[in-house]
Amino acid sequence: MSAGAAVVTVGQAAVLVALSPLLVGVMRQVRARLEGRAGAGVLQPWRDLRKLLGKEPLTADGVSWISVAGPLVLVASSLLLCALTPVLGTATLDRVPNDLFVVVAALLIGTVALALVGLDAGTAFGGMGSSRHMTIAALVEPTVLVSVYALSIPVGSSVLSQIVEARLDHPATIWSPVSLLALLGLAIAIVAETARLPIDNPSTHLEVTMVHEAMVLESSGRDLAWLELGSWLRLGALLGLLATLLAPWGVATEVTALGLAVAVGALALKLALIGSLLATVEVFLAKVRLFRVPELLAGSFVLAFLAVTASYLVAS
Amino acid sequence: MSTTYDVSHADLAPTLGARLADGFRVALVSGAEDDDCFRVVYVLVRAGDPPVELALRVPKDEPTIPSLARLDYGTGRFERELRDLYGITPSGHPLPRRLVRHGHWPRGWYPMRRDAGPPPPFDADVGAFPFLEVEGEGVYEIPVGPVHAGMIEPGHFRFSVVGETILRMKARLWFVHRGVEKLFEGRRPGDAVELAERISGDTAVGHTTAFATAVEDALGIEVTERDRLARALLLELERMHNHVADLGALANDVGYGIVNAHALRIRESLLRLNKATTGHRLLRGGVGIGATRIAALPDPATLEAVAAEVIELAEITLGNSIVRDRFTGTAVLGAESARDLGTLGYVARASGIDRDARRDHPFVDLGDRFQVVVETGGDVLARYRVRVREIAVSAAVAGDLVHRLSTGTGTGTGVDSNTAAPGGGHGLGLVEGWRGAIAHRVEMDPSGRLSRVKIVDPSFFNWPALPVALADTIVPDFPLANKSFNQSYAGNDL
Repeated sequence: MSAGAAVVTVGQAAVLVALSPLLVGVMRQVRARLEGRAGAGVLQPWRDLRKLLGKEPLTADGVSWISVAGPLVLVASSLLLCALTPVLGTATLDRVPNDLFVVVAALLIGTVALALVGLDAGTAFGGMGSSRHMTIAALVEPTVLVSVYALSIPVGSSVLSQIVEARLDHPATIWSPVSLLALLGLAIAIVAETARLPIDNPSTHLEVTMVHEAMVLESSGRDLAWLELGSWLRLGALLGLLATLLAPWGVATEVTALGLAVAVGALALKLALIGSLLATVEVFLAKVRLFRVPELLAGSFVLAFLAVTASYLVAS
Repeated sequence: MSTTYDVSHADLAPTLGARLADGFRVALVSGAEDDDCFRVVYVLVRAGDPPVELALRVPKDEPTIPSLARLDYGTGRFERELRDLYGITPSGHPLPRRLVRHGHWPRGWYPMRRDAGPPPPFDADVGAFPFLEVEGEGVYEIPVGPVHAGMIEPGHFRFSVVGETILRMKARLWFVHRGVEKLFEGRRPGDAVELAERISGDTAVGHTTAFATAVEDALGIEVTERDRLARALLLELERMHNHVADLGALANDVGYGIVNAHALRIRESLLRLNKATTGHRLLRGGVGIGATRIAALPDPATLEAVAAEVIELAEITLGNSIVRDRFTGTAVLGAESARDLGTLGYVARASGIDRDARRDHPFVDLGDRFQVVVETGGDVLARYRVRVREIAVSAAVAGDLVHRLSTGTGTGTGVDSNTAAPGGGHGLGLVEGWRGAIAHRVEMDPSGRLSRVKIVDPSFFNWPALPVALADTIVPDFPLANKSFNQSYAGNDL
C-alpha cells in the first residue's frame, strides 16, 4: 500500500503542476470570451511561466534573502498542499496523513511566505498588500478549517481521504444540508484565499487597490515565476478539493494504472467545469469595497459554523 | 469682444472683489511681457455678459503684485504660476510655494520671460518635496507615482493614511510641463492650430476651438453660422467618445470588466465615426482659424443608437449592487467646496453647481434639446450619472446640428488666417470642452504673429478638488475617485 500511496501522492502534485496553469488559462479564456474579447488562449499561463523562468530576477535595493526564499517556500508549500489533497486517489502515506489540520497548515505556510515577500522590499504597496492579505487570511483559514471539519463529523475522522471515501460510499450525504452549507462556506473562503473577485481583482493595474498583486509587484524573473506558480497551485489544489468533495466520482480508491488514468481524466474535467463556472460567475461580479470583505467572509464563516452545529444535531 | 480696464496696484483688490461679488468668476490670469514692463491680465466672466479684463502693469525692476488668493482660490494658484514662470511675486500670498517648477529647477530662471533663453542644466531631482506631514499613532504615508503600474499620465500622490482611511492627500503634478504656451509665441495663428490640437490629446476640438475663437476675436474675423454649427457638432462628438470611455473605465476600476469591454466597443464605433467626419479618430483637423472643415456629416441615427446603448450599459452597471455600492457616497465633493474652489465641468455639475459655457457663453444656438445636466450628490455616482445623461443630451444636440448643417451646402468657407490682415490686439476664447470650460487668451503683435497665448484647461481648477473629496475615503477607493474626476495632466501641466 505504501508504494501505491507514494504514487498517488507524487502523482497528485505532478498532475496539479501540469493542470493548474491550464486551469488559470481556461478561467481567463472563458472570461475573455464572455466579455466579447478574443483572449490569449488557455496555454498563455504556461507561456508566461516559461518566459519568466528564463529570466534573471531583478531585485530592489535592500532586499534580504526572504525575497529569494519566499517564492521557493510558497512553491514548496503549494506542492505539499497538492500532494496531500486527495484529488486522484484516497491512498495516503502512513507517516504523512492528509489530515485536515496538516493541509490547512501547509496553506498557511504559503500565505505567510507570500506576505513576507510583500514586506521584504519595504515599499508601501507591498506592505499594503501584505497587510490586506493577512487580514483576509485571518478570516479565511478558520472558515476552511471549520467547513471541512463539518464534513468530517459524520465520518468521524479529519483525514480528507476518509471523508472522500465516505462520500463515495454514501453519495446521498453530499446533498445533505450540512454538506451543502459547508461546501458553500468553503467555496467563498477559496475565492478569497485565491484572490479572485469579488475579494480581489486579479487583472487590475491599479496599485493601491491590489491585494495579491501588490505583494508580487517587486518580484521579477524566476522569483515571480515561482510566486505565480505557487499561487496557481493553491488555486488548483483548493478548487480540486472543492470539486472532489462535491463530486468524488473518478477518485481511485485502489491504486491501479487504469484507475489513476480515469482519476486524472476526471480531475481535468472537474477542474475545467468548476473553473469555467467560477469564471462565468466572476463576469457578473464586481470587487466589493475593502471594508465589506470582512462582512462577506464572516458570512462564509457563519455558514461553516452552522454546518458544524447542524452536523452535531443530526448525529445526536 | 472684452472690455479692458487698466487698474493700479491699490485698485486691483477692490475692483476684482466687487466683480466677484457681482457673480463674475476669474476664468484666467495671464502674464505678459511688454518692452517696458510686465503686464498681468485678470479675465472675469459672467453668464450672459461680455468678459471683463483688468490689466495691471508691473515694473520690471520690482515685479510684485498684490495677492488676491484670499479673495479667490483659483487666482491664488494663477499667482503661483506667474511667480514660477515670470518671476512676478504675489505679495501676501498665503501659500507662496512653487507650483509649476519642481524643486530641482534652477533658481532665478523664469522660462516665460523674453530673455530666458534656452533651459540651463537641471540638477538631479533630489530635493525634498514639501507637504504637510500628518503625525499621530498609526499614521503612515503611501507615495504613489509618478510612474504607475498602468499606462496613465504621470502624477505623484502622497497619502497620509490611518489603516485604510485617507487623512490627507497631496498631489504633485507638472511632470509633463512642456512649455506649450511658449511654443505658441512667434507663430502665425494658422501654424499654431496643430499645436492647439495637441495641448491635451483627448481634447483636440475643445482646445482648438477655444484657440481659434480667441484668434478670431483678436483679428475681428466673423465665422459663418454654418462653421459655428460644425464646431458645436465636433465638440459634442468629442464629449461623447470621452464620456463613453470613462464610463467603461469606471466600471473596470471596480472589476466589472464586461462593461468596459462593451464601452470600448462603443467608443471604437464613435472613433470610426470621427475618422469619417474629420479624417482623424480624435477629431484633429476639423477646426481652423475662421473655418471648420468637415468631410462628411455623421448619421444622426448612429449617434442616437450609441446613446441608447450607453443608457443600457449604464443601467446594467448601476443594476449591479456591488458596483452601485462602490459608487454611492464615495469621494463626496460638497457644493460649497465645489463653488469655493471654482470647479468646472461635470465635476461642478455633479455637486449641484449649474455651470456650463455652452449655455453661459454660447457661440451658437444649440437648439431646444440642449439642457445642462446637474446632479446634487457630489459622489462618484453623481459624476457617473451626469456623464451618462450628458451623452444622451450630446447625441440629441448633435443630431439636431447635423440636421441643420445638412440643409445647407458646402463647408469650410472660412479665411486662411495666415493671409488675413495683420494687426495687433488680443482676444478671448471660452468653450465648454468635455471636461469643462476651456479658456484661451491670445495677444497678437502688429505683424500678425502670436506674442502671448495663455491656456487654461478646466483641470487647472478641478485638480485641487480631488484631495478635498478624498477626505475620509479609503485608499483602495482612490483610483475610482480619481477616475470619476478624470482630470487632464497634460492640459494642467502645459
